Amino acid sequence: MSTCICVIVNGKPVEIVAGASVAAAVARAGSQFRRSRSGEARAALCGMGVCFECRVEIDGVPQQQACMLIARAGMQVRTDG
Amino acid sequence: MAERYDVVVIGSGPAGLTAAHAAARQGVRVGLVDAQALPGGQVWRHDVRFSAPAFARRCMQATLEHIKIDWLPQTRVVGAEPGRLLVEDPRSARWLKYGALVLATGAREVLLPFPGWTLPGVTGAGGLQALAKQGWPLAGKRVVVAGSGPLLLAAAATARRHGARVLAVFEQAERAAMLRFTRGLWRWPARVLQAAALRTQLAGVPYHFGSVVTAAQGEDALREIEVSGPHRQRRIACDQLAVGFGLAPNVELARMLGCQLEAEGAQQRVRVDARQHTSVPTVYAAGEVCGIGGRDSALIEGAIAGLAATGARTGIASLQRRRAQARAFARQLRETFAIGERVRALAQPDTLVCRCEDVTLGALDAHVDARGAKLATRCGMGPCQGRICATALAELGRAAGIAARPPLFPARLESLALAPADGVAPSLAT
Ligand SMILES: Cc1cc2nc3c(=O)[nH]c(=O)nc-3n(C[C@H](O)[C@H](O)[C@H](O)COP(=O)(O)OP(=O)(O)OC[C@H]3O[C@@H](n4cnc5c(N)ncnc54)[C@H](O)[C@@H]3O)c2cc1C
Ligand code: FES
Repeated sequence: MSTCICVIVNGKPVEIVAGASVAAAVARAGSQFRRSRSGEARAALCGMGVCFECRVEIDGVPQQQACMLIARAGMQVRTDG
Repeated sequence: MAERYDVVVIGSGPAGLTAAHAAARQGVRVGLVDAQALPGGQVWRHDVRFSAPAFARRCMQATLEHIKIDWLPQTRVVGAEPGRLLVEDPRSARWLKYGALVLATGAREVLLPFPGWTLPGVTGAGGLQALAKQGWPLAGKRVVVAGSGPLLLAAAATARRHGARVLAVFEQAERAAMLRFTRGLWRWPARVLQAAALRTQLAGVPYHFGSVVTAAQGEDALREIEVSGPHRQRRIACDQLAVGFGLAPNVELARMLGCQLEAEGAQQRVRVDARQHTSVPTVYAAGEVCGIGGRDSALIEGAIAGLAATGARTGIASLQRRRAQARAFARQLRETFAIGERVRALAQPDTLVCRCEDVTLGALDAHVDARGAKLATRCGMGPCQGRICATALAELGRAAGIAARPPLFPARLESLALAPADGVAPSLAT
């Protein structure tokens, strides 16, 4: 069986399979990814780095594409959803 | 520090992999660049749960382990000048010099606006497939797949493998078009086998022709969709809607380099000659960026481009014959899954078209020309740089080219590469 790692999404620990993307971790935490300019909730759309709907803050760095990054144990992810 | 390679290949999908390998076998030094952390491109995207087909694994291994090839993952090309590329990885930005360049940047999904398409829970079809492979939770989720093209089946199969309950697949193309297509399939026996395998994996999942998802509903997340079929309308409760309308070549880098483009339906592709040579000396292109052709043409064209980029004269002719057959298949697909009028009419005046800047179709329609609309609404000037909205508007036949090249995205490559900060944030200018 594949091993799991734990990342922190909005202060909450989330278990995901090792190798999964940050986007997967945010989805598992049940969080939205971001609020749009007019305040709508948004989440990952293209899954391949094109749409920029999956932007979150990772370890203090804002505007990272969650679908393009593999989650690491202990990573701190913040969404504005 | 400037690194130099005899051949730089951008993209590690099937086309980029075979290009790098073919070039390296000629004895030259190759740099293989991809924005993703792992090789494989779209079709061979790494799956956290299931291993790739043996052929894909062999292909990736042979390339990545080749002594002449440097694999540069998580490296995005953000600017270009003749002979060198500005690249960024998570740590640094630097210049990569090349003797010859192979563009194997693939394709993205065509995502078309309809009421509710911005709700969390609505993704692309290939989009959901990509997310699922990267561990997106689907176990027990009710998933509907819709839109157009063969990718719907692949997406549905991946979702199911990852534990989703795939309720149905809705294809906008009419049954008649599909029947014409399948009658001609005997010319591509490998494709028949592929289709049969997918059908087996999708046993029990209803597949409907002539059906369009007209709206997605929910508060802060998807709850329900409306589907209009040939005979009736219905509503379906679901957790995820995966909807895509085919693919569009990623031509941005080629355009930045000054390569000539040509029409591919409503979209554009890179124009190449029989040796995959673009209109720019030392720049070659292969795979989906030269037109949507699927995995097989990508593999073949990559090999041709890799050889041609090293100046090789032999080994190309037989590949060229195989390419012609693979491309013919792609043409048939394009005709079969041409987007119908019903899909084009889905977006309403209050439907958002530009998701980055929240611009509605109505706001765009208030402007007479594309440039005015863009300046007034900022449509296409957000981080996706028009990759979603301009692609959609072109497909809808409205305000074509509205955001294909933002004014802050200068046509001159030199200025683009040297002016990273204002207007074009480097990491956003793929
Ligand atoms: C979301 C999606 C899912 C798909 N799923 C399937 C499937 O299941 N089965 C199937 O047969 N076909 C599928 N396809 C079709 C697929 O495009 C082709 O079959 C095949 O992957 C094309 O190969 P390629 O090498 O031309 O491009 P791709 O495989 O698309 O590879 C292009 C690569 O270039 C990289 N790249 C692009 N621009 C840059 C840049 N500026 N800097 C750095 N790297 C860059 C990308 O990260 C990508 O890895 C899918 C397509 C999409 C868009
Ligand atoms: S989901 Fe589109 S960029 Fe991440």
